[in-house]
Amino acid sequence: MFQLISAEEAAAMIKPHSRIALGGFLAVGTPETILDAIVEAGINNLHIIAITSDYIGKGIGKLVDAHLVKSVQVSHMGTNKNIQDQVNSGEIQSELIPQGTLMERVRAFGAGLGGVLTPTGLGTIVAEGKQIINVDGKDYLLEPAIPSDFALIRAHKADKAGNLIYRKTARNGNPVMAMAGRITIAEVDEILEDEYIDPEAVITPGVFVNYIVLSKEGRK
Amino acid sequence: MTNDKRTHIGKRVAQELLDGDYVNLGIGLPTEAANHIPEGRKVVFQSENGIMGVGPAPAEGQEDKDMINAGGGYITAVPGASFFDSATSFAIIRGKHIDVTVLGALQVDQEGNLANWMIPGKLIPGMGGAMDLVTGAKKVIVAMEHCDKHGNPKILKKCNLPLTAPHCVNLIITEMAVIEVTPQGLLLKEITEGYTLEEVLKATEAELIVPDSLK
Repeated sequence: MFQLISAEEAAAMIKPHSRIALGGFLAVGTPETILDAIVEAGINNLHIIAITSDYIGKGIGKLVDAHLVKSVQVSHMGTNKNIQDQVNSGEIQSELIPQGTLMERVRAFGAGLGGVLTPTGLGTIVAEGKQIINVDGKDYLLEPAIPSDFALIRAHKADKAGNLIYRKTARNGNPVMAMAGRITIAEVDEILEDEYIDPEAVITPGVFVNYIVLSKEGRK
Repeated sequence: MTNDKRTHIGKRVAQELLDGDYVNLGIGLPTEAANHIPEGRKVVFQSENGIMGVGPAPAEGQEDKDMINAGGGYITAVPGASFFDSATSFAIIRGKHIDVTVLGALQVDQEGNLANWMIPGKLIPGMGGAMDLVTGAKKVIVAMEHCDKHGNPKILKKCNLPLTAPHCVNLIITEMAVIEVTPQGLLLKEITEGYTLEEVLKATEAELIVPDSLK
Protein backbone atom coordinates (compact mmCIF):
# COMPACT_ATOMS: atom_id res chain seq x y z
CA MET A 1 0.00 0.00 0.00
CA PHE A 2 1.22 3.50 -0.76
CA GLN A 3 2.60 6.05 1.66
CA LEU A 4 1.98 9.76 1.37
CA ILE A 5 5.30 11.62 1.37
CA SER A 6 6.62 15.08 0.57
CA ALA A 7 8.44 15.89 -2.66
CA GLU A 8 11.60 16.37 -0.58
CA GLU A 9 11.25 12.89 0.89
CA ALA A 10 10.73 11.52 -2.62
CA ALA A 11 13.89 13.25 -3.83
CA ALA A 12 15.84 11.92 -0.85
CA MET A 13 15.08 8.35 -1.93
CA ILE A 14 16.64 8.89 -5.33
CA LYS A 15 20.38 8.44 -5.44
CA PRO A 16 22.92 9.55 -8.04
CA HIS A 17 23.07 7.10 -10.99
CA SER A 18 19.44 6.07 -10.48
CA ARG A 19 17.49 5.00 -13.55
CA ILE A 20 14.25 6.99 -13.71
CA ALA A 21 11.24 6.28 -15.92
CA LEU A 22 9.65 9.70 -16.22
CA GLY A 23 6.04 10.25 -17.25
CA GLY A 24 4.87 13.09 -19.46
CA PHE A 25 4.87 14.26 -23.05
CA LEU A 26 6.21 17.70 -23.98
CA ALA A 27 5.92 18.73 -20.32
CA VAL A 28 2.24 17.77 -20.12
CA GLY A 29 1.76 15.22 -17.36
CA THR A 30 5.26 15.58 -15.93
CA PRO A 31 5.69 15.45 -12.13
CA GLU A 32 6.98 19.02 -11.80
CA THR A 33 6.86 19.17 -8.00
CA ILE A 34 9.05 16.08 -7.64
CA LEU A 35 11.41 17.31 -10.36
CA ASP A 36 11.80 20.63 -8.55
CA ALA A 37 12.74 18.75 -5.38
CA ILE A 38 15.34 16.65 -7.24
CA VAL A 39 16.88 19.83 -8.66
CA GLU A 40 16.88 21.38 -5.19
CA ALA A 41 18.59 18.29 -3.77
CA GLY A 42 21.09 18.27 -6.65
CA ILE A 43 20.92 14.53 -7.32
CA ASN A 44 23.14 13.97 -10.33
CA ASN A 45 24.30 11.42 -12.89
CA LEU A 46 20.71 10.40 -13.48
CA HIS A 47 19.60 8.13 -16.28
CA ILE A 48 16.26 9.28 -17.64
CA ILE A 49 13.79 7.26 -19.70
CA ALA A 50 11.15 9.54 -21.20
CA ILE A 51 9.15 9.99 -24.39
CA THR A 52 10.24 13.56 -25.11
CA SER A 53 12.85 15.86 -23.62
CA ASP A 54 10.23 18.55 -22.89
CA TYR A 55 11.40 22.15 -22.85
CA ILE A 56 14.06 24.30 -21.22
CA GLY A 57 12.83 24.92 -17.68
CA LYS A 58 10.03 22.35 -17.83
CA GLY A 59 9.82 18.62 -17.20
CA ILE A 60 13.09 16.78 -17.85
CA GLY A 61 14.40 20.16 -18.98
CA LYS A 62 14.72 21.18 -15.31
CA LEU A 63 17.13 18.29 -14.70
CA VAL A 64 19.07 19.02 -17.88
CA ASP A 65 19.36 22.73 -17.10
CA ALA A 66 20.86 21.80 -13.70
CA HIS A 67 23.29 19.34 -15.37
CA LEU A 68 21.93 16.39 -13.40
CA VAL A 69 21.48 14.03 -16.35
CA LYS A 70 24.12 11.52 -17.41
CA SER A 71 22.17 9.62 -20.06
CA VAL A 72 18.76 9.44 -21.69
CA GLN A 73 16.61 7.00 -23.60
CA VAL A 74 14.04 9.13 -25.43
CA SER A 75 12.16 9.18 -28.71
CA HIS A 76 12.44 12.91 -29.35
CA MET A 77 14.56 15.82 -28.17
CA GLY A 78 13.86 18.42 -30.82
CA THR A 79 12.09 20.80 -28.44
CA ASN A 80 14.93 21.33 -26.00
CA LYS A 81 18.11 23.05 -27.16
CA ASN A 82 19.92 22.49 -23.86
CA ILE A 83 19.67 18.72 -24.09
CA GLN A 84 20.82 18.80 -27.71
CA ASP A 85 23.83 20.89 -26.71
CA GLN A 86 24.69 18.53 -23.85
CA VAL A 87 24.30 15.52 -26.14
CA ASN A 88 26.49 17.16 -28.79
CA SER A 89 29.18 18.02 -26.23
CA GLY A 90 29.19 14.46 -24.90
CA GLU A 91 27.93 15.42 -21.44
CA ILE A 92 24.76 13.36 -21.98
CA GLN A 93 24.75 9.94 -23.62
CA SER A 94 21.60 9.42 -25.64
CA GLU A 95 19.74 6.56 -27.24
CA LEU A 96 16.92 7.57 -29.59
CA ILE A 97 14.15 4.99 -29.64
CA PRO A 98 10.97 4.91 -31.75
CA GLN A 99 8.17 6.01 -29.47
CA GLY A 100 6.09 2.85 -29.74
CA THR A 101 9.17 0.71 -29.17
CA LEU A 102 10.16 2.80 -26.15
CA MET A 103 6.73 2.32 -24.59
CA GLU A 104 6.77 -1.44 -25.17
CA ARG A 105 10.32 -1.80 -23.81
CA VAL A 106 9.31 0.05 -20.66
CA ARG A 107 6.05 -1.86 -20.40
CA ALA A 108 7.93 -5.15 -20.87
CA PHE A 109 10.08 -4.45 -17.82
CA GLY A 110 7.05 -3.62 -15.72
CA ALA A 111 5.28 -6.73 -16.97
CA GLY A 112 8.18 -9.06 -16.23
CA LEU A 113 9.10 -9.67 -19.87
CA GLY A 114 12.61 -9.78 -21.31
CA GLY A 115 11.68 -7.68 -24.31
CA VAL A 116 9.39 -7.42 -27.29
CA LEU A 117 9.39 -8.20 -31.02
CA THR A 118 8.49 -5.27 -33.26
CA PRO A 119 8.66 -4.57 -37.00
CA THR A 120 9.38 -0.88 -36.29
CA GLY A 121 12.96 0.04 -37.16
CA LEU A 122 13.64 -2.85 -39.57
CA GLY A 123 15.79 -1.65 -42.45
CA THR A 124 16.91 1.46 -40.57
CA ILE A 125 19.83 2.39 -38.30
CA VAL A 126 17.63 1.46 -35.33
CA ALA A 127 18.13 -2.19 -36.32
CA GLU A 128 21.92 -1.99 -36.25
CA GLY A 129 23.40 -4.60 -33.92
CA LYS A 130 20.02 -6.02 -33.01
CA GLN A 131 18.80 -9.55 -33.42
CA ILE A 132 16.13 -10.16 -36.06
CA ILE A 133 13.66 -12.92 -35.28
CA ASN A 134 11.34 -14.43 -37.86
CA VAL A 135 7.89 -15.45 -36.67
CA ASP A 136 5.55 -17.10 -39.16
CA GLY A 137 7.47 -15.68 -42.10
CA LYS A 138 7.67 -12.13 -40.83
CA ASP A 139 10.78 -10.38 -39.48
CA TYR A 140 10.83 -8.52 -36.17
CA LEU A 141 13.49 -6.73 -34.17
CA LEU A 142 14.20 -8.07 -30.72
CA GLU A 143 14.00 -5.03 -28.44
CA PRO A 144 15.05 -5.65 -24.83
CA ALA A 145 13.11 -4.46 -21.78
CA ILE A 146 14.29 -1.17 -20.28
CA PRO A 147 14.79 -1.43 -16.53
CA SER A 148 14.27 1.43 -14.14
CA ASP A 149 14.79 1.97 -10.43
CA PHE A 150 12.15 4.65 -10.04
CA ALA A 151 9.09 5.66 -11.98
CA LEU A 152 8.12 9.28 -11.42
CA ILE A 153 4.68 9.93 -12.77
CA ARG A 154 1.93 12.52 -12.76
CA ALA A 155 -1.72 11.62 -12.22
CA HIS A 156 -4.85 13.64 -11.52
CA LYS A 157 -6.53 11.91 -8.59
CA ALA A 158 -5.64 9.06 -6.29
CA ASP A 159 -7.89 7.29 -3.82
CA LYS A 160 -6.92 5.78 -0.48
CA ALA A 161 -6.14 2.50 -2.20
CA GLY A 162 -3.58 4.25 -4.42
CA ASN A 163 -5.67 3.81 -7.54
CA LEU A 164 -5.04 6.55 -10.07
CA ILE A 165 -6.88 8.40 -12.77
CA TYR A 166 -5.35 10.88 -15.16
CA ARG A 167 -6.53 14.00 -16.90
CA LYS A 168 -6.95 14.12 -20.71
CA THR A 169 -3.71 13.91 -22.71
CA ALA A 170 -1.71 14.26 -19.48
CA ARG A 171 -2.18 10.48 -19.24
CA ASN A 172 0.29 9.80 -22.10
CA GLY A 173 3.17 7.58 -20.96
CA ASN A 174 2.34 7.80 -17.26
CA PRO A 175 0.40 4.53 -16.81
CA VAL A 176 3.17 2.65 -18.65
CA MET A 177 5.96 4.23 -16.63
CA ALA A 178 3.94 3.55 -13.45
CA MET A 179 4.21 -0.20 -14.07
CA ALA A 180 7.94 -0.08 -14.68
CA GLY A 181 9.46 1.43 -11.55
CA ARG A 182 10.82 -0.84 -8.88
CA ILE A 183 9.59 2.09 -6.83
CA THR A 184 6.82 4.20 -8.32
CA ILE A 185 6.13 7.68 -7.01
CA ALA A 186 3.00 9.41 -8.25
CA GLU A 187 2.45 13.16 -8.05
CA VAL A 188 -1.26 13.90 -7.89
CA ASP A 189 -3.56 16.91 -7.63
CA GLU A 190 -5.72 15.33 -5.00
CA ILE A 191 -6.19 12.26 -2.81
CA LEU A 192 -9.88 11.48 -2.46
CA GLU A 193 -10.82 11.35 1.20
CA ASP A 194 -14.42 10.17 1.29
CA GLU A 195 -14.80 8.01 -1.77
CA TYR A 196 -12.93 5.56 -3.94
CA ILE A 197 -12.46 5.81 -7.70
CA ASP A 198 -15.05 3.62 -9.43
CA PRO A 199 -13.19 0.30 -9.92
CA GLU A 200 -14.40 0.30 -13.54
CA ALA A 201 -12.74 3.68 -14.10
CA VAL A 202 -9.36 3.02 -12.46
CA ILE A 203 -6.54 3.51 -14.97
CA THR A 204 -3.52 2.62 -12.82
CA PRO A 205 -4.37 0.09 -10.09
CA GLY A 206 -2.92 1.03 -6.72
CA VAL A 207 -0.75 -2.07 -6.65
CA PHE A 208 1.71 -0.24 -8.93
CA VAL A 209 1.96 2.82 -6.68
CA ASN A 210 4.42 2.92 -3.77
CA TYR A 211 4.41 6.59 -2.83
CA ILE A 212 2.21 9.59 -3.48
CA VAL A 213 3.26 13.24 -3.46
CA LEU A 214 0.73 16.06 -3.53
CA SER A 215 1.41 18.40 -6.42
CA LYS A 216 2.13 22.06 -5.84
CA GLU A 217 1.13 22.77 -9.44
CA GLY A 218 -2.13 24.49 -10.10
CA ARG A 219 -4.38 22.87 -12.67
CA LYS A 220 -5.25 24.55 -15.97
CA MET B 1 5.85 27.81 -48.11
CA THR B 2 3.16 30.13 -49.39
CA ASN B 3 -0.33 29.82 -47.99
CA ASP B 4 -1.62 28.93 -51.46
CA LYS B 5 0.67 25.90 -51.68
CA ARG B 6 -0.19 24.89 -48.13
CA THR B 7 -3.91 25.12 -48.77
CA HIS B 8 -3.63 23.26 -52.05
CA ILE B 9 -1.73 20.36 -50.48
CA GLY B 10 -4.08 20.30 -47.48
CA LYS B 11 -7.14 20.13 -49.71
CA ARG B 12 -5.67 17.43 -51.89
CA VAL B 13 -4.67 15.31 -48.87
CA ALA B 14 -8.18 15.74 -47.45
CA GLN B 15 -9.61 14.07 -50.59
CA GLU B 16 -7.71 10.92 -49.62
CA LEU B 17 -9.33 10.74 -46.18
CA LEU B 18 -12.51 8.75 -46.49
CA ASP B 19 -15.67 8.53 -44.46
CA GLY B 20 -15.03 6.45 -41.34
CA ASP B 21 -11.24 6.60 -41.57
CA TYR B 22 -9.04 6.78 -38.48
CA VAL B 23 -6.21 9.12 -39.39
CA ASN B 24 -2.96 10.33 -37.87
CA LEU B 25 -1.65 13.65 -39.20
CA GLY B 26 2.00 14.52 -38.68
CA ILE B 27 3.18 17.85 -37.32
CA GLY B 28 3.25 20.85 -39.67
CA LEU B 29 1.90 20.75 -43.21
CA PRO B 30 -0.08 17.46 -42.83
CA THR B 31 -2.31 19.03 -40.15
CA GLU B 32 -3.61 21.42 -42.82
CA ALA B 33 -5.71 18.54 -44.20
CA ALA B 34 -7.95 18.62 -41.12
CA ASN B 35 -9.20 22.05 -42.21
CA HIS B 36 -10.52 20.74 -45.52
CA ILE B 37 -12.61 17.68 -44.68
CA PRO B 38 -15.90 18.05 -46.59
CA GLU B 39 -19.04 18.65 -44.56
CA GLY B 40 -20.73 15.41 -43.56
CA ARG B 41 -17.63 13.23 -43.94
CA LYS B 42 -16.67 11.58 -40.64
CA VAL B 43 -12.90 11.32 -40.23
CA VAL B 44 -11.49 10.59 -36.78
CA PHE B 45 -8.07 12.01 -35.95
CA GLN B 46 -5.60 10.39 -33.58
CA SER B 47 -2.72 12.08 -31.87
CA GLU B 48 -0.11 9.59 -30.75
CA ASN B 49 0.40 11.06 -27.29
CA GLY B 50 -2.93 9.44 -26.45
CA ILE B 51 -6.18 10.67 -27.94
CA MET B 52 -8.57 9.47 -30.64
CA GLY B 53 -11.01 12.17 -31.69
CA VAL B 54 -8.92 15.32 -31.92
CA GLY B 55 -11.03 18.41 -32.52
CA PRO B 56 -10.07 21.88 -33.71
CA ALA B 57 -7.72 24.16 -31.81
CA PRO B 58 -9.48 25.88 -28.90
CA ALA B 59 -10.47 29.53 -29.03
CA GLU B 60 -7.97 31.89 -27.47
CA GLY B 61 -8.30 31.80 -23.70
CA GLN B 62 -9.99 28.38 -23.79
CA GLU B 63 -6.75 26.34 -23.83
CA ASP B 64 -6.51 23.45 -21.37
CA LYS B 65 -2.91 22.74 -20.39
CA ASP B 66 -3.61 19.00 -20.31
CA MET B 67 -4.94 18.96 -23.88
CA ILE B 68 -2.21 18.89 -26.51
CA ASN B 69 -1.44 17.05 -29.72
CA ALA B 70 1.87 15.34 -30.47
CA GLY B 71 3.30 18.64 -31.69
CA GLY B 72 2.54 20.34 -28.40
CA GLY B 73 -0.29 22.46 -29.84
CA TYR B 74 -3.48 22.93 -27.84
CA ILE B 75 -6.43 20.89 -29.05
CA THR B 76 -10.02 20.09 -28.20
CA ALA B 77 -11.75 16.71 -28.23
CA VAL B 78 -14.79 15.86 -30.37
CA PRO B 79 -17.80 14.01 -28.93
CA GLY B 80 -16.90 10.31 -28.84
CA ALA B 81 -13.21 11.01 -28.25
CA SER B 82 -11.16 8.71 -26.05
CA PHE B 83 -7.94 9.09 -24.09
CA PHE B 84 -5.46 6.26 -23.67
CA ASP B 85 -1.89 5.67 -22.57
CA SER B 86 0.97 5.82 -25.05
CA ALA B 87 1.48 2.05 -25.23
CA THR B 88 -2.17 1.65 -26.27
CA SER B 89 -1.72 4.54 -28.68
CA PHE B 90 1.09 2.71 -30.43
CA ALA B 91 -0.78 -0.59 -30.31
CA ILE B 92 -3.38 1.26 -32.38
CA ILE B 93 -0.66 2.50 -34.74
CA ARG B 94 1.57 -0.57 -35.03
CA GLY B 95 -1.37 -2.97 -34.94
CA LYS B 96 -2.75 -1.66 -38.25
CA HIS B 97 -5.78 0.08 -36.78
CA ILE B 98 -4.94 3.45 -38.37
CA ASP B 99 -6.26 3.78 -41.91
CA VAL B 100 -4.08 6.66 -43.07
CA THR B 101 -1.05 8.48 -41.74
CA VAL B 102 0.15 11.68 -43.39
CA LEU B 103 3.72 12.82 -42.81
CA GLY B 104 6.26 15.24 -44.17
CA ALA B 105 9.51 14.06 -45.74
CA LEU B 106 13.09 15.10 -46.27
CA GLN B 107 13.39 12.54 -49.07
CA VAL B 108 11.24 9.89 -50.74
CA ASP B 109 12.51 7.54 -53.42
CA GLN B 110 11.10 5.48 -56.25
CA GLU B 111 10.96 2.34 -54.10
CA GLY B 112 8.76 4.10 -51.58
CA ASN B 113 11.57 4.47 -49.05
CA LEU B 114 11.12 7.40 -46.69
CA ALA B 115 13.68 9.57 -44.88
CA ASN B 116 12.15 12.14 -42.58
CA TRP B 117 13.84 12.11 -39.20
CA MET B 118 17.56 12.73 -39.35
CA ILE B 119 20.28 14.67 -41.13
CA PRO B 120 23.58 13.20 -39.90
CA GLY B 121 25.85 15.77 -38.31
CA LYS B 122 23.08 18.32 -38.30
CA LEU B 123 19.55 17.82 -37.19
CA ILE B 124 18.94 14.87 -34.86
CA PRO B 125 15.73 15.62 -33.00
CA GLY B 126 14.67 11.95 -32.86
CA MET B 127 12.14 9.89 -34.75
CA GLY B 128 9.34 10.29 -32.22
CA GLY B 129 6.44 8.21 -33.47
CA ALA B 130 7.30 8.40 -37.18
CA MET B 131 8.91 4.96 -37.56
CA ASP B 132 5.96 3.25 -35.89
CA LEU B 133 3.43 5.25 -37.91
CA VAL B 134 4.89 4.41 -41.32
CA THR B 135 5.39 0.78 -40.32
CA GLY B 136 1.91 0.30 -38.94
CA ALA B 137 -0.57 2.52 -40.81
CA LYS B 138 -2.56 0.89 -43.60
CA LYS B 139 -1.79 3.77 -45.95
CA VAL B 140 1.15 6.18 -45.80
CA ILE B 141 0.82 9.54 -47.52
CA VAL B 142 3.75 11.93 -47.80
CA ALA B 143 2.63 15.55 -47.97
CA MET B 144 5.45 17.97 -48.72
CA GLU B 145 6.87 20.63 -50.98
CA HIS B 146 8.13 19.07 -54.18
CA CYS B 147 11.66 20.47 -53.74
CA ASP B 148 13.69 21.56 -50.75
CA LYS B 149 14.24 25.21 -49.91
CA HIS B 150 17.26 25.33 -52.22
CA GLY B 151 15.17 24.00 -55.12
CA ASN B 152 16.70 20.53 -55.06
CA PRO B 153 14.45 17.53 -55.75
CA LYS B 154 13.23 15.56 -52.72
CA ILE B 155 11.74 12.75 -54.79
CA LEU B 156 14.84 10.74 -55.61
CA LYS B 157 16.04 7.57 -57.27
CA LYS B 158 17.45 6.50 -53.90
CA CYS B 159 17.28 8.18 -50.49
CA ASN B 160 20.71 8.99 -49.10
CA LEU B 161 19.57 10.12 -45.64
CA PRO B 162 18.92 7.54 -42.89
CA LEU B 163 15.56 5.90 -43.53
CA THR B 164 12.48 6.16 -41.38
CA ALA B 165 11.39 2.89 -42.95
CA PRO B 166 11.94 1.12 -46.26
CA HIS B 167 9.14 0.51 -48.78
CA CYS B 168 6.48 2.26 -46.74
CA VAL B 169 5.12 5.18 -48.81
CA ASN B 170 1.93 4.73 -50.85
CA LEU B 171 1.22 8.23 -52.14
CA ILE B 172 3.13 11.51 -52.50
CA ILE B 173 1.21 14.78 -52.59
CA THR B 174 3.04 18.02 -53.36
CA GLU B 175 2.05 21.46 -54.63
CA MET B 176 3.01 20.28 -58.15
CA ALA B 177 1.73 16.74 -58.42
CA VAL B 178 0.23 13.58 -56.99
CA ILE B 179 2.43 10.50 -57.37
CA GLU B 180 1.57 6.92 -56.47
CA VAL B 181 4.17 4.38 -55.44
CA THR B 182 3.46 1.21 -57.44
CA PRO B 183 5.40 -2.06 -57.77
CA GLN B 184 6.53 -0.78 -61.20
CA GLY B 185 7.77 2.54 -59.83
CA LEU B 186 6.44 6.06 -59.31
CA LEU B 187 3.25 6.68 -61.25
CA LEU B 188 2.39 10.31 -61.97
CA LYS B 189 -1.33 10.57 -61.25
CA GLU B 190 -2.03 14.30 -61.40
CA ILE B 191 -0.30 17.52 -62.32
CA THR B 192 -1.56 20.57 -60.48
CA GLU B 193 -3.14 23.20 -62.70
CA GLY B 194 -0.57 25.85 -63.46
CA TYR B 195 2.34 23.40 -63.77
CA THR B 196 3.56 21.58 -66.86
CA LEU B 197 4.78 18.01 -67.21
CA GLU B 198 8.25 19.36 -68.01
CA GLU B 199 8.32 21.35 -64.79
CA VAL B 200 7.31 18.30 -62.76
CA LEU B 201 9.91 16.09 -64.45
CA LYS B 202 12.61 18.73 -63.90
CA ALA B 203 11.76 18.99 -60.19
CA THR B 204 11.83 15.20 -59.76
CA GLU B 205 15.05 13.16 -59.75
CA ALA B 206 13.26 9.81 -59.66
CA GLU B 207 11.96 8.14 -62.82
CA LEU B 208 8.27 8.87 -63.25
CA ILE B 209 5.85 6.68 -65.14
CA VAL B 210 3.77 9.16 -67.12
CA PRO B 211 0.41 7.93 -68.41
CA ASP B 212 -0.72 9.04 -71.88
CA SER B 213 -3.45 11.17 -70.35
CA LEU B 214 -0.81 13.47 -68.81
CA LYS B 215 1.49 13.72 -71.84
